[in-house]
Amino acid sequence: MRDEEIATLQAILADQAARPGALLPILHQVQHAFGFIPKDAVPQIALALNLTRAEVHGVVTFYADFRQTPPARKVIKLCRAEACQARDSDATAARLEQGLGVTLGAASADGSLALEPIYCLGLCASGPAALVNETPVARLTGERLERLIAEALA
Amino acid sequence: MSQRVYIPCDMAAVAVGADQVASAITLAAHGLGRDIEIVRNGSRGAFELETLVEVDTPQGRIGYGPVDPSDVAGLVAAGLLDGAEHRLRLGSPDALPFFRRQTRLTFARAGLIDPLSLADYRAHGGLAGIEAATTLTPTQVVDLIKQSGLRGRGGAGFPTGLKWDTVAKAAAPQKYVVCNADEGDSGTFADRLLMEADPFTLIEGMAICGYAVGASLGFIYVRSEYPFAIRMLNRALEIARSGGLLGASVAGTRFAFDIEVRVGAGAYVCGEETALLESLEGKRGQVRAKPPLPAHKGLFGQPTVINNVLSLAAAPYILANGADAYRDFGVGRSRGTMPIQLAGDIANGGLFETPFGVTLGDLVDDIGGGTLSGRAVRAVQVGGPLGAYFPRELFDTPFDYEAFTERGGLIGHGGVVVFNDRVDMARQARFAMEFCAIESCGKCTPCRIGSTRGVETLDRIIAGQDRAANLAVLEDLCETMKFGSLCALGGFTPYPVMSALTHFPEDFGAQASIKAAE
Ligand SMILES: Cc1cc2nc3c(=O)[nH]c(=O)nc-3n(C[C@H](O)[C@H](O)[C@H](O)COP(=O)(O)O)c2cc1C
Ligand code: SF4
Repeated sequence: MRDEEIATLQAILADQAARPGALLPILHQVQHAFGFIPKDAVPQIALALNLTRAEVHGVVTFYADFRQTPPARKVIKLCRAEACQARDSDATAARLEQGLGVTLGAASADGSLALEPIYCLGLCASGPAALVNETPVARLTGERLERLIAEALA
Repeated sequence: MSQRVYIPCDMAAVAVGADQVASAITLAAHGLGRDIEIVRNGSRGAFELETLVEVDTPQGRIGYGPVDPSDVAGLVAAGLLDGAEHRLRLGSPDALPFFRRQTRLTFARAGLIDPLSLADYRAHGGLAGIEAATTLTPTQVVDLIKQSGLRGRGGAGFPTGLKWDTVAKAAAPQKYVVCNADEGDSGTFADRLLMEADPFTLIEGMAICGYAVGASLGFIYVRSEYPFAIRMLNRALEIARSGGLLGASVAGTRFAFDIEVRVGAGAYVCGEETALLESLEGKRGQVRAKPPLPAHKGLFGQPTVINNVLSLAAAPYILANGADAYRDFGVGRSRGTMPIQLAGDIANGGLFETPFGVTLGDLVDDIGGGTLSGRAVRAVQVGGPLGAYFPRELFDTPFDYEAFTERGGLIGHGGVVVFNDRVDMARQARFAMEFCAIESCGKCTPCRIGSTRGVETLDRIIAGQDRAANLAVLEDLCETMKFGSLCALGGFTPYPVMSALTHFPEDFGAQASIKAAE
């Protein structure tokens, strides 16, 4: 980690470590700041919370949200749960894979684009639904789906 | 005075362009020299109509929907701001059958008010519950909740008053109120809708609970998939503090209560109450063995009420209107109203709050209007990924905790997902096992290993390999998971699997053998 990254991390720890049950809020903030949980951050987090590295690592790996590598520039999280399945999200998934040239659960070769599964966004009467980075999109069929693909490739 | 135009800021509305609709209307109104005030209300919960734009007119609120950003120019030119005729004009939203047929107690204000206006909230009956509660003793509040017949809306249906009573009677220096807003069941969105449309109702409900059980601190554990709800809650909490609904002196009394939002991290099992508590404590979301109950030893080892959003949000109505007013709705041991969520391939999807007792068929065919695709309804999954699939033959089942149990299902959090005749039920069964395998917390073998075996076995059945033998293996696995799992993730995954097999054996290439065995 570079000096300013360490400073960012230490600022988060100084601000959060005293909260009860601070680990999840800290990991969220670290990921927000860096895009992922840098490997070198784990010992520092552990130290601040009086935990072992293994404990922190165990939490990082337990939760689907926490990444250990930098994310793609654009991440499309497509809902793969039942309510979207009922609205033919299989077809949407297939079209996205083909249109974007990536497989679900993977990133493109240049790391610019990733297509990931997510299980329910609470948009169950408007599916197929997805999150594009932080932005929700729904009714992903036909023209709306094509527009999403075009924007993702732009 | 400027004219009010309501455009939802709900995540489902924004997902279909509500923000663009709002900017386009602002621009168009400006072009006409009209002075408008855009109110970003929550959604009323009819998602097929989103973006539902409403304008204040001398005839009351007039709705238009579904409005696409590309419709706005034409709409405004046609006289949207005067409530004029247009193909998207719906008239008064309250008069639409989907809303007229509901009994909105918990969701009375959703979509009507500015979610962040405490003045709007009060003008629409808000705060009456906490004000009533603080004139009573804590024991009287607990008794009212007991008398109302309210049961937990998170899935298990445990009597809410009994839970509060246990925590109230526990002696401890610190007690907690934890709101379970993990809402991971596919086909459910009522918690999300309420948190985005009327967050003060949840806050008020938690304050009532805190007063009743003697807790000074609450946590709302919200899943990370709900960024809009998280933002809304945090802003609402600020306003509630400065407005006297939270803080050192709740509603002008000596009762002190505050709430903090905590964000989940993409683990379905963290909706299970003890896993949620572990997660709140900063640990892996692994299920705890019970006892001890959270009511005795919960968050940080202290007595803790943990309730679903909808259970807590029912409390203000009960306090304001009396236990009878709530209990008089419903059937049997299912009292009050249930915010049912119609999802999947359904024409009128959305939130339908209604007294218990409505049949599944009425919900799907009549209120829901059948499928959106126009195809035939084949199966309906009720109660999320751990809920059973129902065929049309069981559509006379009334929405009622006991009635669903009797038919091998559960109402869970009230999600109803409609599938059309293109569904392959063997694949749905496989998905149920796969989901369990992905989300298992890993604590017990039947769930962790059994679900993976289940996927493999279903793959063989789907591929047509030695079907009879593999079906027997599947049933065996389901029995083991059902009786050998610590929590309902492993324990209830057999519901969707076995219901799919029992009611749709033809999809497993097994019609003769299974039906005959019944
Ligand atoms: C795997 C699993 C997931 C659950 N998810 C949720 C959930 O997202 N929200 C919820 O309120 N309850 C959920 N529950 C039920 C909770 O364990 C618990 O019963 C509930 O929070 C109690 O609140 P209530 O009495 O108000 O329903 C889940 C249970 C299991 C086994
Ligand atoms: S049934 Fe599954 S999720 Fe539940 S405690 Fe056991 S391993 Fe964990």
